[in-house]
Amino acid sequence: MQSTIDFSHYLKKAGSDLLHLDLAVEGINCAGCMAKIERNLSKIPDVTSARVNLTDRRLALEWKEGAVDPALFVDRLAELGYRAYPFEPAGAETREAERASALLRRLGVAAFAAMNVMMLSVPVWSGNDSDMLPEQRDFFHWLSALIVLPAAAYSAQPFFSSAYAALRARGVNMDVPISIGIILALAMSLFETATHADHAYFDAAIMLIAFLLAGRYLDQNMRRRTRAFAGNLAALKAETATKFINDDEIRTVPVAAIRPGDIVLLRPGERSAVDGSVISGRSEIDQSLITGETLPTTAVAGSAIYAGTLVRSGALRVRVSAASEGTLLSEISRLLESAVQSRSRYLRLAERASRLYAPAVHATALLTMIGWLIAGAGLHDSIVIAIAVLIITCPCALGLAIPAVQTVASGALFGSGVLLNSGDAIERIAEIDRVIFDKTGTLTLPELDVANAAAIPACVFELAGRLALSSRHPVAAAVARAAGAKAPLPGIEEEPGQGVYGVMDGLEVRLGRPSWCGADKSANEILQGDPEASVVAFRHGERHYVFAVRQRIRADAAKVISALHRTGLTVEMLSGDREPAVREAALALGIHRWRAEVTPVDKIERIEQIKRDGRKVLMVGDGLNDAPALAAAHASMSPVTATHMSQAVADAVFLGERLAPVEAAITVSRKALRLMRQNLWLAVIYNVLAVPIAIAGFVTPLIAAAAMSGSSLLVMLNALRARQHRETI
Amino acid sequence: MEVLVYLVPLAITLGALGLAAFLWSLKNGQYDDLDGAAWRAIADDEPSDKSSSVL
Repeated sequence: MQSTIDFSHYLKKAGSDLLHLDLAVEGINCAGCMAKIERNLSKIPDVTSARVNLTDRRLALEWKEGAVDPALFVDRLAELGYRAYPFEPAGAETREAERASALLRRLGVAAFAAMNVMMLSVPVWSGNDSDMLPEQRDFFHWLSALIVLPAAAYSAQPFFSSAYAALRARGVNMDVPISIGIILALAMSLFETATHADHAYFDAAIMLIAFLLAGRYLDQNMRRRTRAFAGNLAALKAETATKFINDDEIRTVPVAAIRPGDIVLLRPGERSAVDGSVISGRSEIDQSLITGETLPTTAVAGSAIYAGTLVRSGALRVRVSAASEGTLLSEISRLLESAVQSRSRYLRLAERASRLYAPAVHATALLTMIGWLIAGAGLHDSIVIAIAVLIITCPCALGLAIPAVQTVASGALFGSGVLLNSGDAIERIAEIDRVIFDKTGTLTLPELDVANAAAIPACVFELAGRLALSSRHPVAAAVARAAGAKAPLPGIEEEPGQGVYGVMDGLEVRLGRPSWCGADKSANEILQGDPEASVVAFRHGERHYVFAVRQRIRADAAKVISALHRTGLTVEMLSGDREPAVREAALALGIHRWRAEVTPVDKIERIEQIKRDGRKVLMVGDGLNDAPALAAAHASMSPVTATHMSQAVADAVFLGERLAPVEAAITVSRKALRLMRQNLWLAVIYNVLAVPIAIAGFVTPLIAAAAMSGSSLLVMLNALRARQHRETI
Repeated sequence: MEVLVYLVPLAITLGALGLAAFLWSLKNGQYDDLDGAAWRAIADDEPSDKSSSVL
């Protein structure tokens, strides 16, 4: 199937006759993979470059135009055991990457300037105590100014522009005291140098910039990495659509190339990647990913289809619509908009800290100056001491305290299968005291599974699985998946509307409707015991078996929920599904609070109600109907199988078939928040110790430099403790 | 102290060279894949010299 993808949308020109293609590759996780892929693909004639990016799990290929079909690369990778999909970086990802690289450039400039200035400062510090000539000291100070002033003007721009923006909006952020500190320190040092004074603070100013840029870069790099990974996931989902290029010719194209008004074909077993309305055809459709409702409905001409809908029985022709045409979708978009607005009012820990910090620091500096004036010191000396206070209190440790913890914690979360979408996700997830789960696709697995596998002999199961590979029906696909079947049986034919059949060892084999396989009786027995299940019968000669296929609860869900209960969290379930199905799941999982048949509006109302009680909710959901609730909740998570819209608004996305990442996210976030607070306190204690020395007027550039590096090192080391969680999982 | 006359320019030139090298390596994309670069250093044999071309 993959080889039929039309690659033209993804190819880029690289030079006069070279083509470039980026592939997201699933399964690259070690250096061995990297070497294997590069070696094999470089061997293809005309390929000029094949380079794996192990961090982003991507492959960049370049080859001479004309001779090679890009599908060959995908096939070759499949032979090596890797699934690869063409990939186009989203706008957001490119922007994050550019920002990260710009910060790194500024960090480089600041760090090099700091190192070179230190080389000039150390002789001055030691020379002040011994026999350095005043002319030599002045010369070194002027040289420092020559290096630091341009470097600071360039590398501190992010702080200046952010502080300027905050001041224009009549607010204060962390960058305001930083910018004031840097500018005053540089201006004073210049003045001191010109007046042949002993001390200049060029080294402290540029070192401060370098440390703060390191914090910013860590923060930005974490964001860039998650974006890149999210981009891969989107590509690995292989979002393609079968498009009619004229009345009867079809072609598989990437979803990115589909425009509103195009007509696409949806075949049984396919999940729609587009929104639209049915033009012709009739089929049972499974909307569980959108509404949470597990019972299939019937789509006929005129029905609306949303991305994520699973087509079960017949083929449909669908006209692609612009995003917000359907009633459900426009309703959800409207709810979403208001919910997202309310969330943006959340104040991050760093912002709250800086609101307290900036006025306190500036007041202290001002009071110091006034105090020294009253005590009889000259204006010049008083200003110098006040600026020393500003330099020593400049939130160097504060600027590193939170990004460092975030970076380490997001690494630990990544190891447990959680990807963070937003920078403040850790803080918000850590604060929750109530968890609301959606049922379908969140507590249950999104794909169907065989429920009575234990009742069927292994050899029969395997044979049925191989037979099922020839059918596209989702129920049959579930049987094939559960059996782990790889090799289809030869000579299988399909009886439309009934099932598939063939001959094996001289006996007829059939898989399909129970009535067609003569297994009505046992099928009815299963359906009576479990009305939620779908059944499919398998017949081999005279023997027949019935498979009960249904959505299965995630294997570790009950364990995770009881663990959440134990940590004192209240767990609730809100589902759009019918009551019997929800009741059964609640019973199996030990969830006492649950509601069935809730609409998106109901979900939001419930969350608002809990909010009014002063509680903070973590919403875990996957459906389109969950998206507004995800945005309205204090924090939110989605499984990676969720609809686009849900993933986009969720704070974090979790991977895999287990529910354990939800628990890990809460545990790691709580620990990280504790460390962030600790780090802030460490910074405060450092200030409490250092500020009296500064107020007393004893701070020399040497003390400033030592205190600054010491406190930064301390918060970095403390941040590394967030890592410990990974080993305990 | 005449030694300063050539030592200081020398130190600043070396610093500037280091900075230029860093900026070059950044532009060259050498920080795009830090995980991969760590492993490439100890790979048995590089596929070919082609892989070192700029992406």
